[in-house]
Amino acid sequence: MFTTILDILIGGLIMGGIYALIAVGLSLQYGVGRVLNVSHGEFIMLGAFITYSLYTLFGISPLISLVICGPFLFIIAFLIHRTLFQHLRDTSESMDAFEGNSLLASFGLLFIIQNIALLIWKANIRGYSYLVYSVNIFGAVFTTNRLIALLFAVVISLGFYIFLTRARLGKAIRAAAQEPTTAGLSGVNIKQVLAICFGLGALMAGFAGVLISMLYQMQPTMGMEYTIIAVIVVVLGGLGSITGSLIGGFILGLIGSLVTHFDPGLSLVAYYVIFIILLLVKPTGIMGK
Amino acid sequence: MDLSRFNSRRFLVPGLIILILLVLLATLPFYGQDYLVILLTAILMYVILTVSWTIFSGPTRYISLASAAFFGIGVYTMAILGKVLPLPVVIAVGALISFILALCMGLLTLRLRGMYFIIFTFGISELIKNFLLWYETNITNTVGRWVIRVDHDQVYYIMLAIFVALMLTTYFIKHSRWGLALQSIGHSQEAAAHRGINVTMVKVITFAISALFMGAVGAIMATRWAYVDPRIAFNPLLSFMPVMMAIFGGMGQIYGPVIGAAIFAYLEEFLITEFPYHYMLIFGLVLVITIVYLPNGLVGLVQKLWKRSFRGQRTNT
Repeated sequence: MFTTILDILIGGLIMGGIYALIAVGLSLQYGVGRVLNVSHGEFIMLGAFITYSLYTLFGISPLISLVICGPFLFIIAFLIHRTLFQHLRDTSESMDAFEGNSLLASFGLLFIIQNIALLIWKANIRGYSYLVYSVNIFGAVFTTNRLIALLFAVVISLGFYIFLTRARLGKAIRAAAQEPTTAGLSGVNIKQVLAICFGLGALMAGFAGVLISMLYQMQPTMGMEYTIIAVIVVVLGGLGSITGSLIGGFILGLIGSLVTHFDPGLSLVAYYVIFIILLLVKPTGIMGK
Repeated sequence: MDLSRFNSRRFLVPGLIILILLVLLATLPFYGQDYLVILLTAILMYVILTVSWTIFSGPTRYISLASAAFFGIGVYTMAILGKVLPLPVVIAVGALISFILALCMGLLTLRLRGMYFIIFTFGISELIKNFLLWYETNITNTVGRWVIRVDHDQVYYIMLAIFVALMLTTYFIKHSRWGLALQSIGHSQEAAAHRGINVTMVKVITFAISALFMGAVGAIMATRWAYVDPRIAFNPLLSFMPVMMAIFGGMGQIYGPVIGAAIFAYLEEFLITEFPYHYMLIFGLVLVITIVYLPNGLVGLVQKLWKRSFRGQRTNT
């Protein structure tokens, strides 16, 4: 009994940590940049597959891949925002119109990225094993890679939170999220900050992808599921709230772990039910105003 | 300026074109090849989905991503009832279930705005899909179902009939007080409410009418596919395609979504046969380019060019 609870609890924290990372990225892209990036999951997929290739071809450890994938995806996403989304932002007649247009454009990106990945890695299911030693925690058994993933998820989330609240750039980002115009008047380079936010979202997706590749099998079409989870967590935490996304991620991870314990096929159904009830009862989420 | 001539020409020419097109379409199985009939059935499917999406989302500017839900319900109605009931009845039942679901969804959700509405509608179709997947694997122990086969000429005619009914509905909605009410809701909900429009009722019923056609087209399309599973029937692409096609064609005019869907659907068929491995990639590129360069769609572009050349002529003379 005790080990079962512990099993569900730690399993939930591991899932939750990854969900939190994914959601923070999406939350940043939507909360600050107003881009509901449905291709978010594709960046996760890219992170996972780049890690896979680096590990299987060159023997580069996934933990080193973190510092390769993250920045690489950051640069790609930064450039995409500077060209595509900035253009849409300039030409859309209102913020609502921009939200709609950017959603559709990111849907186009989803196809483009996913199919480039399909051309490179083909449609096969892939995976590798890294650090699969069993560790016994009070009777419940976990593999080392899962615990390392949890550790890194927590460290990255905390680091990111500190960056947003303490660093100068983090403050500029939060200012841009609250009042873009006023932030611009106070000397924040809005275009630069928005592109950085979009890039940071992809950076988070990349980190999550690396951790996911250590734990689960992957295929180029895996992105959509993670995008959906990210959207659910972001709504759960309150659209645009970073803290909400972090907490929401862990809540959803724990719920997922609990449902999976009884019937793995129902975990996605459970997420949607929570999501829809939430939208009906409290659409602003747990941290929403 | 002779207004009467302008008016009669305005109705005569499009009327004639529509009549000729309809006759051509209706007689197609007599002179066209089977391939052409099947291709047009696929194109009509997208046209119907797109136009019925535009009925609601065009004037009100609520982006609904629930098309897959209504379509999939039609598909599953056919898969379950197809062997038991006659074809037209099954299609009607599929349409009706979609209609009722849309009524319930509308009453629950239309107070959500912008992004929340988009996410919610998407969530509903994914919820139905995942629940059905779970139900089929755990309770009925199957994932897919076989659907009755129907002669493809018959499928084509049913599709055409749905299309004509839909176009008439669209026309009457657009040129009635109901359509005006919808448009004023799109511009400003508060102002519309103050004008005495029952905003909720107009929105919910229009949403349900658009779902009705999606359910019908799903039911008939299921017979073309022969085998369906929840991933096929509730494919999220079916929600995104109509949005894309409507934007590509341009939502300002009734024929915009029709043209957009026809071109896009043909493009899809063409790309699948010519570039089976790259087609989704090209598709994604077309999509991004459309949104960036054709915000008002093909029809908007043509109108802009037309106006420009017209104005040019006037300044010259």
